Amino acid sequence: MAKLRGRGHASVNYPTGMNLGGDPSQALIHATTTGTFVVSLSSVDLGQGIKTIAAQCAAETLGLPIGNVLVDTADTDTGPHCMGTFASRGSHRVGNAVIMAAAEARGVMLEVAAEELEVDAADLETDGTGFIMVKGAQDRRIHVTDLALAAHFKHGRTISGRGVYLKEPSAPVPETGEMDPDSCQAHACTVAVVEVDDETGVVEVLELFNTYEVGRALNPAMATQQVEGGAWMGVSHALFETTEPYYPVRDHGPRDFAGYLMPGPADLPIQHSLLLERPAANGPYGAKGIGEMTANAPIPAIANAIFDACGVRLTSMPFTPERVLRGLDALRMEEPC
Amino acid sequence: MTYRLAPIDTGAFVAERDGDHHTVIGSVVRRSDARGHVTGRTEFFEDVAAPRLAHLKMHRSARHHARITDVDVSGALAVPGVLRVLTHADVPNNVYTVLKLIGVEPDDEPVLAVDKVRYLGEPICAVVAETEAAALEGAAAIEVGYEDLPPVFDVEEALKEGAPLVNEYQGQNYFVYEGHHCRRIRFGDVEKAFGQADHVFEWRYQSSPIEQAPVETTGCVVVPQADGRLRIHSDTQACFFTLDNTALILGVPFNKLRIVGGTVGGGFGGKVDVVVEPIACVAAMAVDRPVKFVYDRAEEMQVSSPRAAERIVIKDAVMDDGRIIGRKVTLYVDAGAYARHSPYGTTKAAAHLPGPYTIPNVWADCHCVFTNRTPSSAMRGFGVTIADFALESQMDRIARALDMDPLQLRLINAYRDGDLKAHRKIAEGTALVEVIQKAAELAGHELPEAYRRMSSTTREGL
Repeated sequence: MAKLRGRGHASVNYPTGMNLGGDPSQALIHATTTGTFVVSLSSVDLGQGIKTIAAQCAAETLGLPIGNVLVDTADTDTGPHCMGTFASRGSHRVGNAVIMAAAEARGVMLEVAAEELEVDAADLETDGTGFIMVKGAQDRRIHVTDLALAAHFKHGRTISGRGVYLKEPSAPVPETGEMDPDSCQAHACTVAVVEVDDETGVVEVLELFNTYEVGRALNPAMATQQVEGGAWMGVSHALFETTEPYYPVRDHGPRDFAGYLMPGPADLPIQHSLLLERPAANGPYGAKGIGEMTANAPIPAIANAIFDACGVRLTSMPFTPERVLRGLDALRMEEPC
Repeated sequence: MTYRLAPIDTGAFVAERDGDHHTVIGSVVRRSDARGHVTGRTEFFEDVAAPRLAHLKMHRSARHHARITDVDVSGALAVPGVLRVLTHADVPNNVYTVLKLIGVEPDDEPVLAVDKVRYLGEPICAVVAETEAAALEGAAAIEVGYEDLPPVFDVEEALKEGAPLVNEYQGQNYFVYEGHHCRRIRFGDVEKAFGQADHVFEWRYQSSPIEQAPVETTGCVVVPQADGRLRIHSDTQACFFTLDNTALILGVPFNKLRIVGGTVGGGFGGKVDVVVEPIACVAAMAVDRPVKFVYDRAEEMQVSSPRAAERIVIKDAVMDDGRIIGRKVTLYVDAGAYARHSPYGTTKAAAHLPGPYTIPNVWADCHCVFTNRTPSSAMRGFGVTIADFALESQMDRIARALDMDPLQLRLINAYRDGDLKAHRKIAEGTALVEVIQKAAELAGHELPEAYRRMSSTTREGL
């Protein structure tokens, strides 16, 4: 009896956006008289961080600090339409809509600043700390709070903007499947190192080497959380999860987390992750959707590593100890005595 | 603030970068709701304290497939605290399908079962009560008479002639795509490729249903407003999608409803079906009180739609040098008893084939099949995750059969900018070559110079 070590590989791509498009999202943005910009959405934050990403896209486009942006979501009475949070679409669709809205608001902001500073709007820039100033003349500047007050009480202007992103719907050709399904594709590759206990059938994932091409890491810490969490989910799918353990037989379905196992802290492999960026032309600051992709490559990489370790080719998910042991038994039956 | 940070490689596509002059994008900004989540101050839908809140629980099918001969709700009505028992007759437009918003037909699923149940756990009656305990007791006191029908659980069995019909609204045990029995990809001539190939490899793969397993289960609190509207606090992943579908089921103007959500304890695709809001709204209107309907963990795991089980057969035409010249894929998606989002997911799977490789001849039949199990629906990687398991297992087996390095096999076949995909879209922005090269580097997997020089933007080395 031994613990057998193996390596496996997998490389994948993943589409950004609802398949076939036709999934718009809108954003509205306006400045209050405090110089705070409110981004109104109806988009849902599932924990992945769309509220933060929307704020970052708004702040970057406006040229203001992140502290000057509030995100108000998701109330269908006050937030404009969003198709929803799914299909790795949130950052891409909502990010683009927010950028469009913020660009319009920035245009008004610079127009009002031009009047206040008695210059041409084209000669103005933002410094990222809250000031709008004349290029090359840093003392001629106005803070966004003063500007927002002046816009409302002196100029009678709203500093606001509207944004929408729509990938026009594509209809597949029924005969051939010709279609335009996606906005862009993200990419990933996994090298998995596993250890298989040939007595118990238990597979332990020791190490994952993961690379992810994400277009643009809008928030590198949150991108790291996405890829590491996603890889964890891949490990979980590979080794543990199903609601029907003897599918297609309906029996023995788990009803709680005591029966539906997922990896705990002790089951976590060492993860080496590397992000690559090939900006997408249609992505917000080049970003692609990466949420879903991150769970995918580890599953086949683990299957391939199990084969490498012990010669058992598992073609059914998940790769439970029972399946590993049955595979080992079958191999022993094949071997000449 | 401390955080983990994966390094970013900026070398691979340096010419395409825009100068990195950003002040906020590309910076680490604290997740806006992190503090609230870890201190317990974030408000989720269940934190809504509505006065006079009533609770809804379901009486569910005890059979996989049966005709309903009798429903006796008198036991439930006798339970102290039970306010109302709802049946299909109380739901204005009881039969629906969620994707009708993007033109998918037919309506194929009842909110509450009418004359038949098609899976174990299908909702039959909704009990509204003063307390959760009374609602549960009431639901347990309902008696349903069944006349069992033969169930079908296996996708290929379901497609055989003479198999029990699962869903009469669909009319056959598969979803019809514009007159076809499956979603098709036809690109080049795979049969010719098999004739020309040095090797033909054919293997089968299978997955089982997988639960999205969010920390927060699916649910909502519906609060009738003074002006006659309904305010729905929900953990839906898609507010307007839920609003629109709910209004259609209720038969009310869209602006009678308001969804308040946006802060959700995990979704992973499990909260894009519209399964709690419509009946909770019916209940709230019936008793004119706020009503809460939230799945318990067992419902979330066994009744709420999981990721579909998929069966995938891949047959490849391969040359001695590792080039794959033909790939034939037969996919069976187990949709369970109702369509939900499965017709969409099956098309998404077809769009993903033959994987991130340039293969000149591709044939795919992607079947969306109905069986007598919990309807499957969206989950992270919808249509793609299980296909990747099959495709990348296949790649490993081909590499081993040819005694080739598994990463080199992938690099030879990887799609590049300008390649025509099987769905006839020109590939752009590709980076499969680079993620493979970098993963090899990271893992200490040596690649020959010719493979290290390959690129997604050139045809070097091919």
